[in-house]
Amino acid sequence: MNKKNLNILQVENLEMHFVQKNKRIKAINDVSFYVHKGETFGFVGESGCGKSATCKTILRLLPENGEVVRGSILYNGINLLEQSEKQMRKIRGKEIGMIFQEPMTALNPVLKIKEQMYEQFLGSDMTEQQKHDKAIEMLRLVGIPSPETRLNEYIHQYSGGMRQRAMIAVTLAAEPKLLLADEPTTALDVTIQDQIIRLIEALKEKLGMSMILITHDLGVVSEMCDRVAVMYAGSIVEMADTQTLFAYPRHPYTEGLMQSLPKDNGERGKLNPIQGMPPDLSRLEEGCSFFPRCKYASKVCGTTVPQLREIAQEHWVGCHHAEHMEHAIGLICLEDAQHREGRT
Amino acid sequence: MNNFSYVLKRFLQMIPVFIIVTVLVFLMIRLIPGDPARVILGEKAPLEKLAAKRVEMGLDKPLIVQFGIYLKDLVHLNFGESIRYNQPVVELLKVRLPVTLLLTLTSMFFTVLISIPLGYLAGMKKDKPADQVVRGFSLFGLSAPSFWVGMILLMIFSVHLKWFPINGWGADWGDRLKSLILPGLTSAIGVSALIVRNLRNNIVDIKQMDYVSFAKSKGVGRLRICLRHIIRNALIPTTTLLALKFLSVLGGSVVTETVFNLPGIGSLLVNSILARDYAVVQCLVLIFVVVVLVVNLLTDILYSVLDPRVTLQ
Repeated sequence: MNKKNLNILQVENLEMHFVQKNKRIKAINDVSFYVHKGETFGFVGESGCGKSATCKTILRLLPENGEVVRGSILYNGINLLEQSEKQMRKIRGKEIGMIFQEPMTALNPVLKIKEQMYEQFLGSDMTEQQKHDKAIEMLRLVGIPSPETRLNEYIHQYSGGMRQRAMIAVTLAAEPKLLLADEPTTALDVTIQDQIIRLIEALKEKLGMSMILITHDLGVVSEMCDRVAVMYAGSIVEMADTQTLFAYPRHPYTEGLMQSLPKDNGERGKLNPIQGMPPDLSRLEEGCSFFPRCKYASKVCGTTVPQLREIAQEHWVGCHHAEHMEHAIGLICLEDAQHREGRT
Repeated sequence: MNNFSYVLKRFLQMIPVFIIVTVLVFLMIRLIPGDPARVILGEKAPLEKLAAKRVEMGLDKPLIVQFGIYLKDLVHLNFGESIRYNQPVVELLKVRLPVTLLLTLTSMFFTVLISIPLGYLAGMKKDKPADQVVRGFSLFGLSAPSFWVGMILLMIFSVHLKWFPINGWGADWGDRLKSLILPGLTSAIGVSALIVRNLRNNIVDIKQMDYVSFAKSKGVGRLRICLRHIIRNALIPTTTLLALKFLSVLGGSVVTETVFNLPGIGSLLVNSILARDYAVVQCLVLIFVVVVLVVNLLTDILYSVLDPRVTLQ
């Protein structure tokens, strides 16, 4: 079977800049990835690394100063970057839906949930009763009690966890085939995070969606994602299936991310952060963008940008020293015969 | 607390304000120099006649007694008689009040007509030429005094183009409407300057809110995004400001009615103060105060209607 047909989304060499008065911020640098039908693809990385920008670019929701310099975004074979605004409107919501990080700001405070839900049905030939039934069904599906009254309430009348549930209900009401979830649990407290993750997971299965999950929480990634891309300074630095990535991180940044997690061995100790700060994206220098912070850096790292290379099957790393990163300690242990075979 | 008891509470709170204002107005008009008896009888009137007139008008009594009489009349809804026009104040108001109300409504109409499109345009095209032009207009409107704007408009549209009457109040409604347009526009320009700024800034803030992106991500059309998401939210603070500006337009009628020689309560107030027409001044100021109090209450209610996050309490 042709592999391309399995991909609901295929992004190639995407490059996007934010243009400001006297500088260009290179928010996305040559990013390529694909999402299989039915899979959950994760994006991890620290704030400002281009995860959300990638999502917004897919839906073409960039602010006016966001400029796609090159690349293509194929959704079921259609290049989204070449669609007219009118064609995009048909794709947004119904084909690709998005969950925002903060439901309190992403839902309009002065419109009832009902109206915001009904916006998903604009242009459809549903009757008022069908819209109502669908809306109730969605609220029930995400576990909001007494949906009949809740439907006519405003978002500020909901409690924290219910707000995110409401947003999920609104987004999923249009039954998108691909769901972009931009840090859906970051604004929630830990006990509720877990519920929401389980909810999204269950709904994804139930509705047969594919999903791109953006997060900086490695725990969430390991629980939910089939494959992961680690982003740093606008580029994908490592991409693999979740187990491989967690067992054999081969990029120094990925290793750093994993090392920086607090150890749960009961001992109190210092956290182990990655030293330094991410680079200024308007003044990217020659060489690897992680070079100034990398403890394995050598001369070549300062002069040549490392390309993303497939070091084992479907394990891509953008590091000159990927092959010599075997000492890197992941978060899980695996029977690793297959991985080693692939690499040699 | 339910809305009815809130409104009731607010009305009760108005009573002390109303009483204090009554006292202040009564004192103020009597503390400025000038003598109504002399205004009636003229500069050269002999002293005996003046004294007799004062007794007739009750002005010889101590202030406290005069105030008592005034309050008693007020309770009986007797607002007294104008000494300048020789007719009951109520009769004067019947003619004058509609003029000012129409003027205020006309200029609010123009304000909305000017400021909502301009504010929206400037906000959506932030820092582009359109925005610069609108901001220029706004600066002009804020700094140009209304009597000057009024005269310039008169010069262009009445003197040169002869589209509108130069001044006065027409005999039939068609003429009256015509004579309302320039004065309405005059005060609208000053007020819209402020509203445009406010609306522009709100639009600039709101168009980058997450809920606008979220609505777009649902595939909502442009028009609906503008109306239901951007303008709907941007208008909440602007409407409040607009309601409060209703009061400055009303107060500004004192100037516009004088410039355009309209027979409203603004020009009546000025003339009555000059003529020491105590009864008229007292009544007009009380009307202004009541309008201010009621409009403030309506503004608060309106705010809670527009923004579901605001509750009346």
